[in-house]
Amino acid sequence: MPEPAIASVHRSILGELVAFARRNTLSAVGGIVGFLIILMALTAPWVAPQDPLKTHFRHMNKEPDAQFWFGTDQVGRDTLSRVIYGARTSLFVAFSAVLLGTTVGSLWGVACGYLGGRFDLASQRVMEILQAFPDLILAMAISVAIGTGLPAVIIAIAITRIPFGGRVIRSVAISVREMSYVEAGRASGASAFRIMRLHVLPQCVAPYLVLATTHLGVAIVIEAALGFLGVGVPPPTPTWGNMLADSITGLVPRWWLVLFPGLAITITVLAFNLLGDGIRDTLDPRLSPGFLRLVTGAGRSAPAAPAAAPGLATARPGASS
Amino acid sequence: MHKYLARRALFALGTIFGVSLIIFVVLRILPGDPLVAILGVEGHAKMTPADRAHIMHDLGLSDPLPVQYVRWLGDIATGRLGKSFFRGDTVAQLILHRGPISAEIALLALFVSWLVGLPVGIVSAVKPNSMSDNVARSLAILFIAIPGFWLGMLIVLALLFWFGYKAPIIIVHFWESPWQNLQIVIGPAIVLGLAQGAYIARMSRSCLLEVIREDYVRTARAKGAQERSVVLGHALPNALLPVITISGVLLGFVLGGSVAVEQAFGVPGLGRSLVTALIERDIIVVQNLVLLYAMIFVLVNFVVDLSYAWLDPRIRYA
Repeated sequence: MPEPAIASVHRSILGELVAFARRNTLSAVGGIVGFLIILMALTAPWVAPQDPLKTHFRHMNKEPDAQFWFGTDQVGRDTLSRVIYGARTSLFVAFSAVLLGTTVGSLWGVACGYLGGRFDLASQRVMEILQAFPDLILAMAISVAIGTGLPAVIIAIAITRIPFGGRVIRSVAISVREMSYVEAGRASGASAFRIMRLHVLPQCVAPYLVLATTHLGVAIVIEAALGFLGVGVPPPTPTWGNMLADSITGLVPRWWLVLFPGLAITITVLAFNLLGDGIRDTLDPRLSPGFLRLVTGAGRSAPAAPAAAPGLATARPGASS
Repeated sequence: MHKYLARRALFALGTIFGVSLIIFVVLRILPGDPLVAILGVEGHAKMTPADRAHIMHDLGLSDPLPVQYVRWLGDIATGRLGKSFFRGDTVAQLILHRGPISAEIALLALFVSWLVGLPVGIVSAVKPNSMSDNVARSLAILFIAIPGFWLGMLIVLALLFWFGYKAPIIIVHFWESPWQNLQIVIGPAIVLGLAQGAYIARMSRSCLLEVIREDYVRTARAKGAQERSVVLGHALPNALLPVITISGVLLGFVLGGSVAVEQAFGVPGLGRSLVTALIERDIIVVQNLVLLYAMIFVLVNFVVDLSYAWLDPRIRYA
């Protein structure tokens, strides 16, 4: 059964969602807020009161008022509109990067876990090397090396996500490999590729989803940090990080230019993190012990393994007892 | 034990070697002429090909790539790390001058994270689902979500409004004036420490909850030990192992995060040099600094591995 923990009784999608919300109120709130933010990003041209790039030289450095709810910046651009449009870029980058990085990492992990042998050993070394770089520094270096721009930023963040996907999915694949139905497949002469595609991959869907949601928040923060440091998506495209970078170029920093973009980042990351926690609890109760350590990269080295002994360290916030 | 130690050391060395190779490949083989970066597009166009070749030769960039790579490894071994394209400083000077500030920030942040995270985690675990536990967990979730550099910006903004704070311009080392030095590093350290503290609190809470359920803890209670000594003396030491590991991993976040946080506070640390060098495409500085950060990270995880083996005999003899 590919999805554990979902009741065997068939319910409508809506029913599932309601049940999920009952069990994880906070996650449901996170999900709703996240959904609203995505909606806001998609409908930015209709929601935003102003053009985010249009300068109003009569209204420069305005404090928040009735006309400009979030104030204006040094060249009179409307901060609210820029925050709304910023959601587009920030979310697009984060989603693409996580999708790309986690997918590549997961496929790699399946191959490592199932094939094993030298291929696995070599891959493990490569992932270890990738994880030896602090995330942000690796993303910075790659993004600058490929040349700053939207695709460069996406690829840079995606590369930092690959080893996480690889490690988690590899461990899943290893445990699946030993199961008797996989052995039966092998015995009946199925090719390695076929087994991986039809028998191993479906088992990886739940952890894949958990991984992807867990890393969304991280990706958003890295994107913002890259923008803030001036090596992200180039201006004048409004992203939350770029706005924060702009906010300190003035002689006197204006509080509204710092507060609102940062608040947008925090609320979005919070929403996705809460949602991710709930999804983890629902989809993957088996994986929770020690899972956070895999996801965060802790215990990457061999000797940490004994610590992953039965049920130690469920660092999920929902663990009530 | 020695065998284990040697194996881990070899692993760490291999990783560092791989790291250096990746840095080199990413910075050299990918497009972008360093001369254009140094001279600007116009300056580059004005020079004769002979001049260009001459400068490239001076910088050591005209040799075949494998030669350059091997020479770089040699330079690292001997401690000559080359010079910045734009400033007269050698990279070694840069690291010696600015490194201590960043190191102080990282160590202080580590200290803050344990100082805040561990007590909060213990209090949470002793009375799970109580009011204080819920508050602590909510705060942890919040601090994990807040980007450190933004929190730093807010703090700087608040200090600016109320106290007329000025960003530190010059570097004051601890041995020159401890008080002034502390003023420079305390802000970034607290910001970075709080975020890591949130992870530590989460981790120590859940580990402690697991351990408290074990038989030997019940035995300790049954023989009449005080709750305080049961939790701190019996349960805590066993719960700490995973917390130590995560602390080593968190250092990666601290190292990466400090780059942005230093920028937010305007602290002239190594992270800011790295950002500047990246934007200026100062390859020599970038490759050495990135390697340094990665090396520190690898080294810390090596030490964590060792402490693990030291703390938990099962690993040593496995």
